[in-house]
Amino acid sequence: MQQLGMGQAVNQALREEMTRDERVFIAGEGVGVSIHDNPMLPTADLLKDFGVARVKDTPVSEAAIAGLAVGAAVSGLRPVVEIMFNPFFTLASDMIVNHAAKLRYLSGGKSTFPLVVRIKTGAGFGAGCQHAHNLEAWVAHCPGLKVVMPSTPADAKGLLKAAIRDDNPVVFIEDMMLYFVPEPVPAEEYLTPIGKAEVKRQGRDVTVVTWSKMLGVALKAAAGLAQEGIEAEVVDLRTLVPLDRETIISSVRKTGRLVVLHEATRTGGFSGEVCALVTEEAFSSLKAPFRRVTGPDIPVPVSPPLERFYIPDEEQLIAAVKEIV
Amino acid sequence: MEVAKEKKIEMLRSMLLTRRFEETLTELCKNEGKIPGMMILCTGQEAVGSGVCAALSPEDVIISNHRSHNHLLTKGADPRAIMAEIYGKSTGCNKGKSGTLHLAVPEVNAPCTTTVVGGGLPIAVGVAFSQQYKKEKAVTVCFFGDGAADEGSFHESLNLASLWSLPIVFVCENNLYAGAQRYEEHTRVKDIADRASAYAMPGEIVDGNDVLAVYEAARTARERAIAGNGPTLIECKTYRCRGHGESDHQLYQPKDEIAAWQEKCPIPRLSDEVFALGLITAEELSALEAEIGAVVQEAVRFAEESPYPKPEEALEDVFV
Repeated sequence: MQQLGMGQAVNQALREEMTRDERVFIAGEGVGVSIHDNPMLPTADLLKDFGVARVKDTPVSEAAIAGLAVGAAVSGLRPVVEIMFNPFFTLASDMIVNHAAKLRYLSGGKSTFPLVVRIKTGAGFGAGCQHAHNLEAWVAHCPGLKVVMPSTPADAKGLLKAAIRDDNPVVFIEDMMLYFVPEPVPAEEYLTPIGKAEVKRQGRDVTVVTWSKMLGVALKAAAGLAQEGIEAEVVDLRTLVPLDRETIISSVRKTGRLVVLHEATRTGGFSGEVCALVTEEAFSSLKAPFRRVTGPDIPVPVSPPLERFYIPDEEQLIAAVKEIV
Repeated sequence: MEVAKEKKIEMLRSMLLTRRFEETLTELCKNEGKIPGMMILCTGQEAVGSGVCAALSPEDVIISNHRSHNHLLTKGADPRAIMAEIYGKSTGCNKGKSGTLHLAVPEVNAPCTTTVVGGGLPIAVGVAFSQQYKKEKAVTVCFFGDGAADEGSFHESLNLASLWSLPIVFVCENNLYAGAQRYEEHTRVKDIADRASAYAMPGEIVDGNDVLAVYEAARTARERAIAGNGPTLIECKTYRCRGHGESDHQLYQPKDEIAAWQEKCPIPRLSDEVFALGLITAEELSALEAEIGAVVQEAVRFAEESPYPKPEEALEDVFV
C-alpha cells in the first residue's frame, strides 16, 4: 500500500475530486505558487495539473477567501478554500460563522452551501501562538458547520472526499505535524463517512477519546499501559460535528472510565462536551471520575522546552489513566 | 440613450410597489406584537433598487442587505411570500427563519441577504466568480450602504473582484447615514466612488433619486462586466428619509434636511416625467396605483391568514 503523509493524502483527495467533478476548485493563499515547495504539502503541484482556472491563488484576504467560498457554493460550485493557519480563522470567521453556517437556515432550507474550509493547525513548529492555536471548539459551537479533524492520512483522504461531496459547509482541520508522518493510504477510491468515530484500539479498562494529532499520543500511551496490564480503548472522533455519541457512550459503558485528550487549551475545550455527554448519558456506567488531558490555558509558546510543555504527551495521559484505573 | 416607455413604467411600478408595501409595514408595526423584530425601510431610496434591477436580466444575481425590500420586490419576489416572512409565518419565503432582515429568494436569483454590514461583498465576489467560472452571460449586483464602505470586507472584495475581472456591479446606496453617524462623521473621503480608483475600477457617482440615471449607470456597468472588463463601483447619492429602523426617532437628523430630501422624492420625479411626456394618462396612473394597492392588500391578507410555524420546526433547515 502507498505510504503517504496527511498532506499527500489530502492532495490525492483533492486530485480525485477535481478530476471527478468540474465544479470543484481550490482557492487560498499560496495554494498554487507557495513559499513552501515541499512535496509533502497538500496543494503541491495542483496548479501544474489543473491550471489557473481551478487553482486560485488569492491575495492575503481571508474574509474574501471565505466569502468566495460562500458565494461560489450558493451558485452551484464546490469550493475548497484554505485558511493558511488556524489563528487566521478569526479574519475569515464572519464569513464562516455568520454566513456559511447560517445562510441556509435563514433561507428556510432553500439555499445550500456545499463548501469546505481547510484549516492548517497544530503546535510543534516553534511558530508561536499566532500561527498555532487549535480553535476546533469555536467552530463546533456554531450550528450549521460540520467539523472534521482527521488523525491519519487514510482517514484524511476519505473524509476530505466526503466533505467535498457533502452539501453542507465543512470545516476540515489538518494538523501539520501529520503531513510529515507517512502511513498506509489505500490508492483506490473510497469515502470515509463524516460523523462516524472509529475505535482505533480495543480495550476493557478505560476509554480514551481523542482526535487529530493526539491519536498518536493516545496509541503510544496505550501500548505503554498494556505492558502494565491496563488495556485502554482509543476512540478517534475524526468528526466533532456531528458527534458520534453512540460510539463514545458504548465504549464508556464497556470500560466504565473516560479520559479525553486534545491539544487545544482546556477551558471551553471540546473535552468538556465529551465529558458532559458521558455524564448525562452513561453516568451509571462510570466507575471513576473522568479526566481531561489538554494543553494548558496559555497561548502556544515558541521556545522548544516551553512548546513541548504545552503539547500533551504520553506521560501525562498515562498518569491521568492511572489516577482512575 | 432613450429609455423605452415600458421600462420607465416598470421602474415606476416597482417604486410605487415598494413604497406602498413599506408604508403598510409602518402601519402594521404600530400594532404591538404583529411584526417580530426590527423594521428597516428604504423610503426615499427606491430609485436605487428599482433603477438597478430594471437593468438586469433574470439570470443576474443580487446580494442585498438589511434594507432589502425594494431590491427583492423589484427583482420579482412574490410580495405575499415576503409579507408572510416578515410576519414570521410558515408560508413566508423562508418559513419564518429569516423575518424581514435576511430574506432569501433564490427563485429570483437573490440566494441570500445578509445584515452584517459589508457581509454581502465577499459573497458577491464568490457568486461572480461562479458566473465567470461557468462562463455565464450574467452579472452579480451587490447592494450596500455607505457604512459598509468602512468595513475591511469592502476593500478585500473590491481588490479581489478587480484582480480577477469578475462580473460584479458594486452598488453603494449612500443614504448619508450609517446608523446615527452622518456621512462626514464616518469618513473623510468625499465620495465613496473615489475608492474605486484604489482598486483600478471605474467609480461612478449617480443621483440616487433619479431612477433613470441609476438605470443608465447600472446598464453601462452590466455591459462592461458581461464583456469581461470587470467590476464597477456605482455610488448612488440618496437619503435615508426614515430612521435606521422604525424604532429610531431620528433625533440626530435635522428636520429641514429630511424635509429637503422629501422634496426630492424619486417617485413623483419619474411619474411627473412620464405624465408630462404623455407616456401614461391620469387614469392609467390611478389604475396602476389601485393594482399595486390590491397586491399589497392581498399580501397582508395572505400573511394574516397564514399559520405560524410549529415551534419544533425551529430545528429544521440547519443542515441539508
